[in-house]
Amino acid sequence: MAEESILSIEKLRLSYGELEVLKGVDFDLAKSELAFLIGPSGSGKSSLLRCCNRLEEPSAGRVIVDGEEVTAPGVNLNQLRRRIGMVFQSFNLYPHLTALGNVTLALRKVLKKSRVEADDIACSVLERVGLKDKAGSYPNALSGGQQQRVAIARALALEPAIMLFDEPTSALDPELVNDVLAVMRELRETGMTMLVVSHEMGFARSAADRVAFMEDGVIVEQGSAEQIFGDPNCDRTRAFVRQIAH
Amino acid sequence: MEQLIQQFFNVDLMIEAAPLLLQGLGTTLLLCLAVVPLGLAGGLGVALAGTSRMRWLRIATMVFVDFFRAIPPLVLLIFVYSGLPFAGVQLDPFSAVCIAFLLNNSAYYGEIFRAGIESIGGGQRLAARSTGLSAWQSMRYVVLPQATRNVLPDLMSNTVEVVKLTSLASVVSLQELLYSADMARSITYNASPIVLAALMYLALLWPMIRLVARFERRLGASAGI
Repeated sequence: MAEESILSIEKLRLSYGELEVLKGVDFDLAKSELAFLIGPSGSGKSSLLRCCNRLEEPSAGRVIVDGEEVTAPGVNLNQLRRRIGMVFQSFNLYPHLTALGNVTLALRKVLKKSRVEADDIACSVLERVGLKDKAGSYPNALSGGQQQRVAIARALALEPAIMLFDEPTSALDPELVNDVLAVMRELRETGMTMLVVSHEMGFARSAADRVAFMEDGVIVEQGSAEQIFGDPNCDRTRAFVRQIAH
Repeated sequence: MEQLIQQFFNVDLMIEAAPLLLQGLGTTLLLCLAVVPLGLAGGLGVALAGTSRMRWLRIATMVFVDFFRAIPPLVLLIFVYSGLPFAGVQLDPFSAVCIAFLLNNSAYYGEIFRAGIESIGGGQRLAARSTGLSAWQSMRYVVLPQATRNVLPDLMSNTVEVVKLTSLASVVSLQELLYSADMARSITYNASPIVLAALMYLALLWPMIRLVARFERRLGASAGI
């Protein structure tokens, strides 16, 4: 992969007291690449994502995003975090703010944009996720799929170098999943670098450049979606893939 | 019966005492305007300290809250007004009440705010931090607005309690409503001024109590979704 690396994870470890959740993870993501991270629950996928923007504090190793070391001491974490978009399983929209307010908050408080400027940016991003007409709606008036698209817009508005998705569709009713996947597909087409924890195999097959299988705090195997889902090298991967195929 | 009305509901005496009582009511309101915002601000500070990441600060806050919840407010007030002069600190009644109430109310309002902050799920803060908001900004713009909304009925009913407690100020000769009413009682040798004071408290607080009840219903309904 000669292309410029956007995310580089080196020998990353994470412990909660005695329990070691990540046991030395190495992973690279090139610009505009979309990688899927799969694995059983408790394998450390979400923890790995959260170490990328240091919502979890890794105990060892390095994370470099777009040329800047996130794990360096004394780094301006807040300015770095806004370059790392994050989307959560349960959306985590701010219920006391409208869709527009959700998107503009960080624009105004972190990027110090004026209200007018922030509103402009937010409107165009909401339009991009197909929710321009919902700008004035509060989260509880939106469907799960719409809420998740607002959450994507909230991250996207800050012009991230990479987007991290933590099971973005697993809290959604099946009929709402496609709206969110469509937005993710559009992001991919415009060249966004994405790391996605998800078991949406159909989407992974059609959109992922790479699938990595994680178990017990390490990346066991990675390859193309075809290879990982169709003909994995490792028995553990095969057993897991068979499970989620049902 | 006639006797009873004469002793408790003597309208002529009430009218006569009214100017004095209204003046007292004015002082009570002024006192509320001082101690309620002080208590809310102090309580917010206590809640932030009590949910801090620093262990020593949390422990110090816990000791502060427990201490001032255990001390009867009247004891605290008399100590501040009549006890501190022995240490050379002489306060006028108004300041003494403000200080005693700040200490007492911060503890109570603080517990309410803390419950509110703890009612907000961790996901909110994670989301806020992931967009680059600082810990303080996440608290200020994401957690606190929701937390305050969740405990608004409790904040309001505590405020009703605080307004009632301002009558304690009468023991340090602050001429608020109760003090004025009692003065009128001793001059007229009749209980009607006290009844009038009670009616004034009622007129002041009953709308607030109704409002609390309404908020509680509304919040209960929205929590049901």
